[in-house]
Amino acid sequence: MNYIKKLIAIWAAKSAIVVSKLLGKKGSSGPGSIALKIYPHILKDLASKVKKEILIVCGTNGKTTTNNMLYNLLTANGYNVVCNKVGANMLEGITTAFIHSATLWGNLNADYASIEVDEASAVKIFDHLSPSKILITNLFRDQLDRYGEIDITIKLLSKALEKVPEAKLILNGDDPLTARFGYNTGRKCYYFGVDQDLNISLNETKEGRFCTICGAQLQYHYYHYSQLGNYYCSSCNFKRPSLDFKAFDVRLQDGLLFSVSYDDTTVAFNVNYKGFYNIYNILASMSVAVLVGIDIHGMNHVFSQYKPQIGRMETFQLGKPVIFNLSKNPAGFNQAISTVLQDHRTKDIMVVINDNAQDGRDISWIWDVDFERLVDPTITSYMASGIRKEDVAVRFKYAGIDQQNITVEGNIKSAIIDLVSRSGEVCYILVNYTALFHTQNILKSLEKSGNWKGTDTDLN
Amino acid sequence: MSNLKLTIGHLYPDLLNLYGDRGNIITLKKRCEWRGIDIEVKEFHLNDNIDFNSLHIVFLGGGSDREQLLVCNRLKEIKSEINSYVNDNGVVIAICGGYQLLGHYYKLKDETIEGLSVLDIYTEMGDTRLIGNVVIESNCLYPSNDTVKIVGFENHGGRTFINGHQPLGIVKYGYGNNGTDGYEGVIYKNVIGTYLHGPLFPKNPALADFILSKALQRAYPNTFRTLQPLDDSMEIKARDYIVNRFLT
Repeated sequence: MNYIKKLIAIWAAKSAIVVSKLLGKKGSSGPGSIALKIYPHILKDLASKVKKEILIVCGTNGKTTTNNMLYNLLTANGYNVVCNKVGANMLEGITTAFIHSATLWGNLNADYASIEVDEASAVKIFDHLSPSKILITNLFRDQLDRYGEIDITIKLLSKALEKVPEAKLILNGDDPLTARFGYNTGRKCYYFGVDQDLNISLNETKEGRFCTICGAQLQYHYYHYSQLGNYYCSSCNFKRPSLDFKAFDVRLQDGLLFSVSYDDTTVAFNVNYKGFYNIYNILASMSVAVLVGIDIHGMNHVFSQYKPQIGRMETFQLGKPVIFNLSKNPAGFNQAISTVLQDHRTKDIMVVINDNAQDGRDISWIWDVDFERLVDPTITSYMASGIRKEDVAVRFKYAGIDQQNITVEGNIKSAIIDLVSRSGEVCYILVNYTALFHTQNILKSLEKSGNWKGTDTDLN
Repeated sequence: MSNLKLTIGHLYPDLLNLYGDRGNIITLKKRCEWRGIDIEVKEFHLNDNIDFNSLHIVFLGGGSDREQLLVCNRLKEIKSEINSYVNDNGVVIAICGGYQLLGHYYKLKDETIEGLSVLDIYTEMGDTRLIGNVVIESNCLYPSNDTVKIVGFENHGGRTFINGHQPLGIVKYGYGNNGTDGYEGVIYKNVIGTYLHGPLFPKNPALADFILSKALQRAYPNTFRTLQPLDDSMEIKARDYIVNRFLT
């Protein structure tokens, strides 16, 4: 009977996947949701068929990129991998990913599953699958109205980890909030981090300024960004753990150059995408891959071929380069601003902020972003868009930007056409989550049609 | 008026900084700078001594429960200084966690956090968090009792009851102090406590100016008359967007 239910669940979900593809939908929680209703054990059943290991990627920022990098490392070594590539990371989306990889008869030919998991959903998801390794990228404040506050996220994750005591942890050692999951737990943990003072820290709101073990203030030998760096507690013995995977010799001009050492091995990496934070994404995925037995020497090739996911400093050509980035919380946004400012060309900048449920209804975090740094001689104008365009404009104004250089335009297409008509050599568009696909579709179609020249009257 | 100067004391910004509270400080600062009023923001950390006589505005933001407990233990030590500052008409703006701390207590499930008793109010933990956009109507800002709409975002587990105090405003959309009596915040002497962040001041320039005026009146009783008006069209558009979205 269960076998019949399982097949019906798979067929229904697979049909739904086809339909949603036809409709051009990118998110994919619907099919999994249908399958779980028909056969609640469907995920448990399929996950148990993974031959080698189930690998989990968790944390606030960099989940999707890290998980996709890990997927690429595994498939480049000839493995079959189940992966929720587009980042549908709750129970339903993960179920969809497994059904997508399953045969019509409910078999699964997968060596690994590489699964991105939402921090708050992990408790529920670990009832369905047993990971052997869990990676936590970092913990920043994000979507406060959904999780309450970061302490709640930490509690939820701790509870989830208790369910899977055998799983090994791979943790960002530079992040005190993440590294604490390995402190005095007796669990096997591995740490990655950037082992060098780069003098790039900003005056940001730092989330983990206080020791989560004893409450005293944390001291830093150096910061990278947000609360990431080489820290130690002023009162107890909590400090950055010794790093198993260390990046050093970092250079940030024209892509990313750095070396990584693990055990007695040192390997040089050279990739052409932007953003210091990508070093963490690379380190994180590499750590997991090395730990499942993949040779570190072949990895640079995989990373240099990696195409960033949509809206991760993605470039479009609309007569000039238009660089498009997802920036959905203060830590990510401040990193995006750093990346913008590393580009010395003259530029016009656009910020799109929505407040739909998936974005977090509360947008007060935009005041924790250092918009003040956008007052820069290379930036010539500022465009505010999205559902909360008026709030973006006010944030620009109080950052010290001249009101005359601020434009408010709710129609994203009109805003982009206006933006590219301006004098800068390059445009940057920073958007939060629900603006991502819509803005990308507009950029794609403008790039294809050439209608960015301002002759187009259809502005929908 | 170029010789006016205000000092804001930002209490424990590294602990109480949960919801973009920095935006409130930025707003007060900019609105002074644009008018040629000197403004200094002094940040106080947990073990710093605070000379309340040197301050014109005291700002207390919101923090997580863990951080709030650390602050509360420290505040108890300076309880009498804060109370005399308030009785001397010192300006205090307290948001969310800071607001709760001004009352007698905040009763959690297993423990009770003792407050400063600056206000005759108390808070009890509810079963759910009250989260969402808020619109209130206040008649406290103008001597004429003209009303003004104030918008913000709330996110609190505590239910606050203000006894005989005057509320900052009447809830038109959202939950307010406790989700039942229709009140939001409190105003007492020159103290404003509220659950509204968003942050509070950027979209509510009238309230920001009300605070600045109160501080200037107290600091310069003989020379200060009124604040020079500013072009607030952007701020008002942002406020009206929230008002129109939730009240129509």
